[in-house]
Amino acid sequence: METPLLSVKSLTIGIRRSKSADTIIVDDLSFDIQRGERFGIVGESGSGKSLTLRAIADLLPKGVEVLSGSIRYNGAELIGMPTVQRRRLMGPEIAMIFQEPMTALNPVIRVGDQIAEGPRRYLGLSKKAAMALAIEMMAKTGIPDPARRARAYPHELSGGLRQRIMIAMALSCGPKLLLCDEPTTALDVTVQHQVLKVLEKLCDDSGAALAFVTHDLAVVNQTCTDLAVMYAGHIIESGKVKSVFHDPRHPYTKGLLDSAPDFDQPERDLVPIPGFPPNLAARTSGCPFAPRCVFAVEACTVAMPPTMEVAPGHNAACIESQHIFEGVTV
Amino acid sequence: MSETPVLRVADITKTYHVNSSVLARLSRGDGRKSSLSALDGVDLQLNKGEILALVGESGSGKSTLAKILVGSTTPTSGEVDYHGAPMPLHRDKDASRRIQMVFQDPYSSLNPRISVGSMLKELLLLHKIVPRSEVRAESVRLLNLVGLEEDALQAYPSQFSGGQRQRIAIARALAVRPDILIADEPVSALDVSVQATILELFASLQRELGLSILFVAHNLAVVQHLSQRVAVMYLGRIVEVAETAELFRNPRHPYTRALIDSIPRMSAESINEEFVLEGEPPSPFDIPPGCRFNPRCPYASDACRTTDPALATVAPQHESACIRASELDVLAITLTQRTAGESAA
Repeated sequence: METPLLSVKSLTIGIRRSKSADTIIVDDLSFDIQRGERFGIVGESGSGKSLTLRAIADLLPKGVEVLSGSIRYNGAELIGMPTVQRRRLMGPEIAMIFQEPMTALNPVIRVGDQIAEGPRRYLGLSKKAAMALAIEMMAKTGIPDPARRARAYPHELSGGLRQRIMIAMALSCGPKLLLCDEPTTALDVTVQHQVLKVLEKLCDDSGAALAFVTHDLAVVNQTCTDLAVMYAGHIIESGKVKSVFHDPRHPYTKGLLDSAPDFDQPERDLVPIPGFPPNLAARTSGCPFAPRCVFAVEACTVAMPPTMEVAPGHNAACIESQHIFEGVTV
Repeated sequence: MSETPVLRVADITKTYHVNSSVLARLSRGDGRKSSLSALDGVDLQLNKGEILALVGESGSGKSTLAKILVGSTTPTSGEVDYHGAPMPLHRDKDASRRIQMVFQDPYSSLNPRISVGSMLKELLLLHKIVPRSEVRAESVRLLNLVGLEEDALQAYPSQFSGGQRQRIAIARALAVRPDILIADEPVSALDVSVQATILELFASLQRELGLSILFVAHNLAVVQHLSQRVAVMYLGRIVEVAETAELFRNPRHPYTRALIDSIPRMSAESINEEFVLEGEPPSPFDIPPGCRFNPRCPYASDACRTTDPALATVAPQHESACIRASELDVLAITLTQRTAGESAA
């Protein structure tokens, strides 16, 4: 079998403590992203989805570090790779788009120059050629009048345009993997629709794989082919988007789907998930969702349930999955 | 409807004057100030005991309207009627008590240095809602009403999660016994599973206290779930108002159609692949002549570029500000056929 583009194995992210046990934020996470795949990571705030993405990009906040595990890009191990070498991958191989384009762009540099910086450095283009590429990328992301807009500063552009600039910048060096951290959360629904369409089209054209972190289930449904659902630092369910949405096999995924309003089913009642997400500093043994789970049995509090294949290519980490969802299809 | 609406706004405008930079004034060669028209002739009524949703893109003026209703901003012109009587421009304590607001971000709308108990106590005493001896009992009643326990009284906002903070903010709004609640995007900062509980809370407040709620939102799936009527705003105008089911089943303004088509869908079958609304909302500094939606409208005709349409009744309880409202269904079919023809060719 072909090596996956990105392979994350037993990744554990946390805060190292000298006097007490380390605080584990992301616990023993494993997933693969194939070339050209669109992989969604869904979860609520604090589930560790953004940190996972940041660990891949080597952008973890100060104090938070990868405690163990491996991240392989194209077969090469990223953990422990010298920083200089790793930074060289960022841009031509792996690029990232952030949630808030205003804070991710430099406010005192014209957007055209910001886009051109990557191609000049990594593709060795001349200043003129890099600017031409920047303008071409801006045109591809659907920015009207790109030559004029390239001379604008970020504050002169709307949120939607800024996010397009971010996309143009991320794709300017032709990366194979694009990491997106809630790229459309700050945008209006009509603009979100446009930006997602642009993102999908450009990824299709360039063959880049997408790792897409979001809390919006509907956005994942539209954008991604595969997904992983995270809860308290674990992937509790993963598989094809269609399969997971139609036939969720973990009570948390089911809970998320039941609590989200669905435009196509206005009559359906929203069922909130009782309780609160666990405190990561005080982890208990067993399934992290057990305290909120209506199906929890004694065995759930003993050990973290292993990830089991419930259908071809569809995994869930729930020991009761077979009983709960026996014959249930949504 | 014969009953007097609890709140009615008539022909509200709000214009902000912006001092342009020296450079801009020199290059234009005059000393004029530029003005931004945030609201331009808004008429709206909130009926007793209903949840009315106000939707639109950023910059459409929804939050400005909410602020005018709650009295924190004064309109440039126009009237706000409360139970049929005009609301004074500068509200006294009693008038401001009647309309309360819940803000979007529960992290910045609560004072971090005041405990929940003292926050409620201050309000209850200032507005003389209950005598001093009953303040504690009333505070506990309020907390229970929003699904919190008595022990929250001693706690500070930082000790609560986002959803709990939003409950505290709602308890604060309810403390002075308002009959209208203005909620400005109250769930957009919350996680999906928490969002569901807050939506349920709003529904129960409407049911049990008979509150009239204006719910400002941009998530149409949420709106469809919660509200009885929907008003759609675009660039400082209301472009369509109807009962929720009617609006989503039979939208009669191209902008509403575009909004509905842009909603991310949960089921694969209903994902809309064809129609994408072009462009972004124009700047409120520079409102296009004619219908303000015409530069982005796929159905715009020459008449649309010259006539500025007013809200007109298109069906019972359904108003739309589009001169081609009655032709929209036919136009939509032709447009689909044309794009299908183009892509086939």
